[in-house]
Amino acid sequence: MKNLLKSTTVARAAVAAFGIVSAQAADPLTVVSWGGAYTKSQVEAYHKPYTEMTGVEIVSADYNGGLAEVKAQVEAGNVTWDLVDVELSDAVRGCDEGLLEPIDKSILPDAPDGTPAADDFLPGTLTDCAVSTIVWSTVYAYDATKFPGDKPATMADFFDTEGFPGKRGMRKTPKANLEFALIADGVPADEVYDVLATPEGIDRAFAKLDSIKDDVVWWEAGAQPPQMLADGEVVMTTAYNGRLFNAQTVENKPFVIVWDGQVWDLDLWVIPQGAPNKEEALKFIAFSTDTQRLADQAAWISYGPTRKSSVPLISTHAESGVEMMPHMPTAPDNFKNALQNDFEFWADYQDELNERFNAWLAQ
Amino acid sequence: MAISNENLVEFTEVQKSYDGETLVVKDLNLSIARGEFLTMLGPSGSGKTTTLMMLAGFESPTHGDVKLDGRTLNNVPPHKRDIGMVFQNYALFPHMSVYENLAFPLQVRKMSKSEVETKVKKALDMVQLGGFGTRRPSQLSGGQQQRVALARALVFQPTLVLMDEPLGALDKQLREHMQLEIKHIHESLGVTVVYVTHDQSEALTMSNRIAVFNDGIIQQLASPPDLYERPENAFVAQFIGENNKLMGKVQHTNGENACTVVLDSGDEVQALPVNIAGAGSATLLSLRPERVTIGPEAGSLPNIFDAEVQELIYLGDHIRTRVKVCGHDDFVVKVPNAQAHAALREGAAVKLGWSIEDCRALDA
Amino acid sequence: MAESTLQPPVALTTADGQPLKTSLARVERRARIRAFALVVPLLIFLCITFLFPIGQMLFRSIHDPLVVDLLPNTIAALKDWDGTDIPGEPVFAALAEDMKKGREDRSIGKVATRLNFEQSGVRSVITRTARRVAKLEEGPYKEAFLDANKAWGEVETWATIKRLGNRFNTVQYLASVDRRFDTEGNVVMQPEDRQIYVPIFGRTLWMSLLVTACCLLLGFPISYMLATQPLRISNLLMIMVLLPFWTSLLVRTTSWIVILQSEGVLNDILVWTGIVGEDGRVQLIYNQTGTVIAMTQILLPFMVLPLYSVMKTISPSYMRAAQSLGAPRFQAFWKVYAPNTLPGVGAGSLLVFILAIGYYITPALVGGRTGQMISNFIAHHMQSSLNWGLAAALGGILLIGVLLLYWLYNKLVGVERLSLG
Repeated sequence: MKNLLKSTTVARAAVAAFGIVSAQAADPLTVVSWGGAYTKSQVEAYHKPYTEMTGVEIVSADYNGGLAEVKAQVEAGNVTWDLVDVELSDAVRGCDEGLLEPIDKSILPDAPDGTPAADDFLPGTLTDCAVSTIVWSTVYAYDATKFPGDKPATMADFFDTEGFPGKRGMRKTPKANLEFALIADGVPADEVYDVLATPEGIDRAFAKLDSIKDDVVWWEAGAQPPQMLADGEVVMTTAYNGRLFNAQTVENKPFVIVWDGQVWDLDLWVIPQGAPNKEEALKFIAFSTDTQRLADQAAWISYGPTRKSSVPLISTHAESGVEMMPHMPTAPDNFKNALQNDFEFWADYQDELNERFNAWLAQ
Repeated sequence: MAISNENLVEFTEVQKSYDGETLVVKDLNLSIARGEFLTMLGPSGSGKTTTLMMLAGFESPTHGDVKLDGRTLNNVPPHKRDIGMVFQNYALFPHMSVYENLAFPLQVRKMSKSEVETKVKKALDMVQLGGFGTRRPSQLSGGQQQRVALARALVFQPTLVLMDEPLGALDKQLREHMQLEIKHIHESLGVTVVYVTHDQSEALTMSNRIAVFNDGIIQQLASPPDLYERPENAFVAQFIGENNKLMGKVQHTNGENACTVVLDSGDEVQALPVNIAGAGSATLLSLRPERVTIGPEAGSLPNIFDAEVQELIYLGDHIRTRVKVCGHDDFVVKVPNAQAHAALREGAAVKLGWSIEDCRALDA
Repeated sequence: MAESTLQPPVALTTADGQPLKTSLARVERRARIRAFALVVPLLIFLCITFLFPIGQMLFRSIHDPLVVDLLPNTIAALKDWDGTDIPGEPVFAALAEDMKKGREDRSIGKVATRLNFEQSGVRSVITRTARRVAKLEEGPYKEAFLDANKAWGEVETWATIKRLGNRFNTVQYLASVDRRFDTEGNVVMQPEDRQIYVPIFGRTLWMSLLVTACCLLLGFPISYMLATQPLRISNLLMIMVLLPFWTSLLVRTTSWIVILQSEGVLNDILVWTGIVGEDGRVQLIYNQTGTVIAMTQILLPFMVLPLYSVMKTISPSYMRAAQSLGAPRFQAFWKVYAPNTLPGVGAGSLLVFILAIGYYITPALVGGRTGQMISNFIAHHMQSSLNWGLAAALGGILLIGVLLLYWLYNKLVGVERLSLG
């Protein structure tokens, strides 16, 4: 620790010497999110009204997910981010590792009908250090023009390259892909993680992936899969449902989403340990996760609010006027065979499975 | 070593142009006898190096023939010409030892190892570098490198050796020493040498014959004494040795061996007609500084004029004396540093005289 | 030399009686200090931005203090444990104490994450058990632990903890070469389906060599042209060689994507000319081929420039001399010209190879599945898995590899013959 301290002092001196230190003025709030249409939905639904109400300026920055930057800032003792939008597994892990500030849930406002916040949020969407805002989902979609006859309808069809020939796009990570493989192989959604926790289950998932390995084009950034689908590089691809919605409605692409076997996850607000404007950040969290604000965000992107009381308030898409509810991962029709990403499982096994996945890819 | 009458190299009507607009070599006809040491002398850009490169095979003539030993060379690549060459900066291969450098031409001729060894040793001994075989060229002094280059050009016993300003990079003392050494090697081996230089004293020291190049043309081809004593045109007279110029017009010729020239100052000079168009034509009189007599007895020489000493420069063995004569104030006389001539002073009036033979009337 | 040894050994002095040597040393010292002062800014800059981070990285690859600092009692109690059977009550009690403290200052998650790198699943075992143990007032703890999770009844769990009981260890380096400690403390290979880094190091090496060879093959003739053609032509060529240098790396890489992708320019031309059919489009990108092609183009100037600068100094008279000595053109080139380009070939190859071996952005963009190199995995551990120790160890191995190569080069060719122009 002593060494670490010493080294951070030197690093800080170096940083100061080169004048890279960003302004530590307490006023503007630095909010970091994933960019694109998603950040836009947050700016419209949260940032603008908040600035209007309090006069606090909000600086919006983009990142690519993960805890690397947060960890680097916390370890160097030079935290510049006030608020970060993270996935559930990172929220839990960051909290465990002491990278994030614990958040007292009593600051969250009750639902309009008086239901306490703790009951209004869907179960499992509040954690020690994080408050959730949306449910998003990894699904797959196909290009309708490529399948004039039979159309893919189940997760199994995604893995059926004989019935539905053509290249597939998949995210270059084991997360969600192993779950898809097992669902396609006939494992019911609620048993997927039990099977995956056994060596045989992992072998089974990899074997299923192996069956389409030669037909897969791997993507990494969320913007890639709709582009690949539009370019004809692939005929079907897994993707985030919000990105697909955007391509469907805003860009009028002939994409069809298959909701069967969707793996859903949460996005949550967290505050890095030692954030410069912690108090202001807490106020912002309380403001942005109230019932109305969460419902407002759903008018900009097809991600579902995590408050039950927000669901009835969901209306139409702000730009195209499309009814939003049928496009939500949580819409009853879409939610029939859905699986929640098990953060505990991934926190435990991601290192091993990442290694195995990389080794499998490299073969 | 006698020079044979047989010609080894013959240039016939050779022309060379690089850009298709100007000729670098204009209508060159030159024969070089077997065993001869021929020097091509001229200022830079005069065509001498181009001529050498055509002989070596690195340039091809635009027109005309080059023959070696009766064989037309035009389509023979350089490596089949069997011509040794010493380059300006020696071109010793830096990645090879001295021994390997010398063995290179023998090895490409696929000689046996023992034969290579004997020949290399002999060649190294010839240039007195017997113990230097294992050294790299960079570990040798300039003079030693020069000798290695010489040995390498000779080790495969070519009939002809070309040297392209080989001594240019050496200091004066070493250069003079090497001149003699090359001359002796030439004499003892009997090899034919074509030597390119712009240094006239080098050319005078070593050559059997000198071809003076200027403007792509051989101005004069002659032995060193002839070239110095009997230059045939103004360029040669100027280029070889020191020279006094007097400009004038030919008044009339007096038979083969004399003519009268009226200088621009109005003085009349008796001169030897060498290269004049006839009465009335402009001419340049060339007069060597050492052939001018100071204070001649009246009537002892056909040309005697009044002069005024302008400047004296003491040079040890002689005193360079600049005088004003016949309207020229840059006339130089070399006065030997003998006891009799100690009396000259600046500003003194003297008489100068010279003979008809020493005053050559050339083209203007 | 010969004269000086004949001199009698008398100490010389300056005019004012100072010993000559002292005086000389003083004068030279002043000059040295002045020279040193000139390089000080650069030296400080290099220390802060280069040496210090590299030192940090190497330090981090072996410095692993988390478990020692955060489970001090457990490590102490495990000192005498022989590793054959699960430890006794005192060890469990010590762990319970550490866990309670870890719960309090929220540090138990760090330990859990660190241990999880070694043994998957340990993270949740520790966090869950800690939650339960926090409620226990007193022992016996062994029963409670075994009841909480069966992993505490396995020797491997304890062996893992004990193994990280050294502040400095080589666990990460072992992991970097696909090896690990088994429960007896022997070094064994990782299970086959987790062996990844050795093949990737091999591939990185192979691809870098391939890129270097391609650069040499393409760069040598062009450098020769540059060095021997008249200025007008060579200037034009030089601009063409340098043009990519002035273009952003990302632009160059993405333009390769445009050209090489299966619906890209090159494939379109192939289909159009009928060389391949519409369904036979060649996969030229998102694999090793694409990476090698793009990297060769990007690194080519680093080969051409040193080669050119060396070739420029090779007098054309060497070739002429060799020819006049009887060597045909090719032999003259091979025996005389080529050996003299060796310093350039060495410098160019070393430069390209070292750049290639650590290349990141191009393989990341066009490497697809089979074109990934070791740097991509280092980035993965820096950015996604947050296993910085492993990233540092992988980087350390890369660094050692490059230094080894440099040493080898120095041994074979001599660094002083390296010419970068």
